[in-house]
Parts: sequence; C-alpha cells; structure tokens
Amino acid sequence: MREMIVNELTQAMQGISRGFAHILPRIIVLVIIGFVGWVVAYVLKLSLRSILRLVKFDKLSENAGASQLLSKAGLPSATEVLSQFTFGVAWLGFILLGVSVLGVFGLQEQIARFFLFVPRLFVALFLLFVGLLGASFFSRAALLAAVNANLPSPRLLGIAIRSIIIVFALSMVCEVLGVAEETMLVAFGIVFGAVMLGLAIAFGIGGQGLAQQFLENRFGRGKDDEGKRDELSPL
Amino acid sequence: MKNARAADDSILTDEFLRQLINVGEVDILVGLPTHNNAKTIGPIVATIQAGLLAFFPRDRAAIINADGGSQDGTTELVLNAAIDDVRRGSKISALRTLHVISTQYAASPTRGTALRSILAAGELLRAKTCVVISPESTQVETDWLTKLVRPIYAGEFDLVLPTYSRHRFDGILLTNLLYPMTRALYGLRIREPYALDFAFSGTLGSQFLAQNAWQDETARAGSETYFTLNAIASRARICQSFLGTREHIERRSADLIPALRQTVGALFSSLGPHMALWNASTASQPIPTTGPEREFTLEPLRVNRKRLREMFSTGVAELESVFQAILSPSTLEELRRIARLEETEFRYPAELWVKTIYEFAVAYHKTVISRDHILQALAPLFRGRAFTFLAENRNGSADGVEDNIEALCLEFERGKPYLLELWNGTQ
Repeated sequence: MREMIVNELTQAMQGISRGFAHILPRIIVLVIIGFVGWVVAYVLKLSLRSILRLVKFDKLSENAGASQLLSKAGLPSATEVLSQFTFGVAWLGFILLGVSVLGVFGLQEQIARFFLFVPRLFVALFLLFVGLLGASFFSRAALLAAVNANLPSPRLLGIAIRSIIIVFALSMVCEVLGVAEETMLVAFGIVFGAVMLGLAIAFGIGGQGLAQQFLENRFGRGKDDEGKRDELSPL
Repeated sequence: MKNARAADDSILTDEFLRQLINVGEVDILVGLPTHNNAKTIGPIVATIQAGLLAFFPRDRAAIINADGGSQDGTTELVLNAAIDDVRRGSKISALRTLHVISTQYAASPTRGTALRSILAAGELLRAKTCVVISPESTQVETDWLTKLVRPIYAGEFDLVLPTYSRHRFDGILLTNLLYPMTRALYGLRIREPYALDFAFSGTLGSQFLAQNAWQDETARAGSETYFTLNAIASRARICQSFLGTREHIERRSADLIPALRQTVGALFSSLGPHMALWNASTASQPIPTTGPEREFTLEPLRVNRKRLREMFSTGVAELESVFQAILSPSTLEELRRIARLEETEFRYPAELWVKTIYEFAVAYHKTVISRDHILQALAPLFRGRAFTFLAENRNGSADGVEDNIEALCLEFERGKPYLLELWNGTQ
C-alpha cells in the first residue's frame, strides 16, 4: 500500500517535471519574445514620435480640435498619445505572439482575430482624425464666410456643419470597426435628416424674420441707408 | 533659371508665341491684364495708342492683352481698337507699326498668370520698358505713359510706381495697412505698394520672371504686391510718378476678401523670405517722386457707417474661437471692450490696430490656422478700423487726412520692435 502511494506520487512528480520541462522553454521563448517586442515597440515609439514632431502633428491636431479633446480628458499631446498607443499595441502584439507559442487551446483563434483587428483600428483612428480635421476646417470656413457675408447666426451654421461632419466620420469609424454598424447607419440617417428638416423648418417657418432680414440685406436697403454706400473701395 | 524659362514657354500658347515672333523686338510693351472689362477697355486702348503716338512716335511698341477668359467681348474690343481713328484725332503719325496682340492665358482669371504672360512676352520681345495699365481705371490719361516710361527710359530707375489724386476715403486698406506697414518694415515710403498702373525695366521684369514664387498660390493672387516687394528686396531703383485722378469701377463689399488676399496676403507672405531685410531696416526714407506724393479730394460721400460698425462687433463676437488662435489675450480683450462701445464712442485706436496687424502677421507666418482663414478673419476688424478712419476724418481737410495717415505710419514704425519680439517668440 505504502509502495503504491510512493509510486503514484513519484509518477505524479515525474509528470509535473516532464510538463514543466516541456513548457519551460516555451515560457523562456515567451519572455524573450516579450523582451524583443518591448525593444521593437520602444524603437517604434521613438521613431513615430520623431516623425510626428517633424511633420508638426500637434499643430494639425490642434487645428482639428483633437488636442482640446485630449486636454479636457487630462491626456498628453496628440503626438505623445499616438506614440504611446503604438507602443502599447506593438508590444501587446508581440506578447500575444509569444503566448501563442505556449499552445494554449482556444487562444490561437483569439490572437489571430486580434491581429486582423489591429489594421482596422488604425484605419478607424485615421478616419476619426481626418474627420475632426475636416469638421474643424469646414466649420471655420463656413463661420468666416457667414460673418463676412453678414448672414444671421453664423456660429450656428458653423456648429451645424461641424456636427454633421463629425457624425458622418463617427459612422464611418463604427463601420470600419464593425461596431453597431446598422445602429450607426440608422442613427446617422436620423440625425442628418433631423438637422436638414430642422434647418428647413427653422428658416422657412420659424425664421421668417431672419429670412426677410437676409433678403433685405442681400438685395435691398432700408430707407435710412438709401443713397449710402455699403462699403468703400479698399484699394 | 532654365527651368523658369521652360515654365514660361509652357504658359504661352503656340499662337501667341507665333504672333510675338512676328513682332520682333520692341522698345515699349504695354500690358493689359483683363477679364470682362468691356465697359472700360475700349477707351483705355485708344488712350494708350494716343499716348504712344504723341510721346513715343519713333519707338517700337506693342500692346499685349492677357485675358482671363472674358465672356463680354473684351478681347474683340482690344483687337478692334483702330489706330487710324486715333491718328486722325491726334494728327500725328507713328513711324513704326503699333502691334496689338490678345491672348487668353486661362479659362478663369488669375492676376499672377496674367502678369506672368506679360512678363514672358516682354522678355521674348526684349522690351526695354514694360508698362502695365489696369483695365479697371475709368479715366486713363494719355500722359500716363510718358510719366511712367520716361524715368526708366532715362536709365535712372528700374520701377516706376504711381501716386494718384484720390478721394480721402478711397483705398482705406492702402492708407491704413498696406502703405504704413510696408513703410515701417522696408523703410521706403511707397504710397501704392499694390500698384495697378506701373512701369518697369526689362531687366527687372526678367529678374521677377525667374522667381520661383509663381508656384505659390499667394504670390499668384497678389502678384502686383509681390512685384513691388521683390523690387525692394532686390534693391531696385524705385521712384513714384503722380498720374492724376484715379477713377475706377466701384467695388462691392464682397471684394474685400479678394483685396485682402491680393495685398495683405502677399505682404504677410513676404515677411518670411525677406526677414533679414526688414529686420535690418530702421527709419523710413522718402523715395524720389515726380509730382505730389498724394492728393485728396474732399467731396462729401455718404457711407453706411452703421453697417461697418455692426459687422465689426458681430465679427468680434462670432469669431472669438478664431481670434483666440491668432491674437494675444490682451489684444482680444481690448477688441471685446471696444466692440461693446456705443457707435458715438466707438474708436479703434491706431496703437491697437498696429498691435492687431502685427499679431495677425506672425500668426500668418506660423500658420496657426489656415492662412486664408487668417486673412478672412481680418475683414471684420478692418471694417472697424475703416469706421474709425471715416469718423476721424469726416470733416478733415486734405492736410488733416494726410496727418492722420502719417500718425498711423509712425505708430507702425514704433510698433516694429513688438513685431520682432513676436516673430522671435520672446512675447
């Protein structure tokens, strides 16, 4: 009886030793891959940071309004955030590569999914940035044009254009990420339609006075201003 | 240099080149950059022809019309202007053939391309002197040509810029920004840095043609201003010639933004490449001038000042987010304060105006936002300054207006260290 217990324990210990001997090299490989990954990700971060500083990415980000968002969220500059994000994603990718070497059942598929998702994540980030940049540029262009044309409510026009472009960009981002595609499509349609209908009603019914004022400014003058020039020749 | 020449060849059409080759060489080339100027172009061409007959009958001359795709028959009017009618009227005969050539450089007008076509034609024809006459002038005199050409013919100057007799409220952008700032920065008292009627030597024309600036959108839009600034930078011999009354087609309020692009955009753009020059220049100097430097007419003019004031206040209120990127907090706060003032109390002081302009210039240089947006944001502020200029000179004499402009010029000169501080980032 005693011998049987000793044998079983011995076999179990041998099994554990064999299993440990079997997995130890893989763990070492995981650590090595993790370390190499850290080095590669760090170099990638430094390179990306230099490139982004060279192309004045922070200024672009400021123009896009992304810097203000980051600042409100207590995050560092756009260059720093993107560099850290790239470092994180690259290192995580290497660690997952190392984990796949362990041969854990069911994990391989998830890791493959992650690697398929990474490019889409970057495309989505790029789309979001371009969307914010476009929204900022076009809303400012509309605001300036409206102010210089003496149109009523120029800021409202700027905000409306910014909102439409941001909603449009967000719907594209969600489509790329595969997140609530149909919901976003419907939401975009509803928001866009609502804004257009709202503007039409506001200007057509609610804004009769504004419309009248706009048309008078555009095509005619009040009695007080008759015979006066609107503007002098600047040159 | 060779690349620039190749590019010049490409902007001249084969037909235009053929016509230029047929002309041979000329002494005087008169350039007319046009776009839908049928209302004025006929009399202008007739006056130019009369001027050439009267003052340069022995010289070889050509009139080159660079048209930006006119739809109103401008080019036909130029080509059909009969020299015989002028000859009969003046009873003077030219000893040489006067060539008139019209070319369409593009389907849409660009002032820079028009000037470039004229410069390229001048170089091909080896013109000793080139004169550019604005098609927007409604009253061109025959002696304009001799006033512009003689100083260059005499070999004394490379560039002759005009001075005019204007209404005291005409050209407020010139008197309140372009002239004072050019004077303060480059040290030369050039009254019309944005010259529409001017003359230059063939050498200066070729030198400008070889510039790489033609690829730059701002340079193309403000080529006349760029030309003057380039002449200053290249130490060309510049003088002014008084031409008389400048009458021109009325501009609409919508013309302010293009005017800002053509003048202020070019001036702001020049600050980067010419930094060493304006950094070194100290007090301003007068330049040789034939006739008076400036004459003002004082007839009453009803202007909608209320609208100017309203557009200033609306601009300051609505464009706050844009101004935050361009102006310093103290300047913006001061603008907010004056925007709240009643119309009777409202004044945009010269000191604040100078500070505003220098901050805009640095923001433009640093491209804090789109450069075109910076120029557009200046429009409402300019209207505020225009209101103040009108109010200050409403009952002023010609000397009073001149004194007011002189005071503003001195303010711009005094403010130059502030511009340098901003430029070098010490503010």
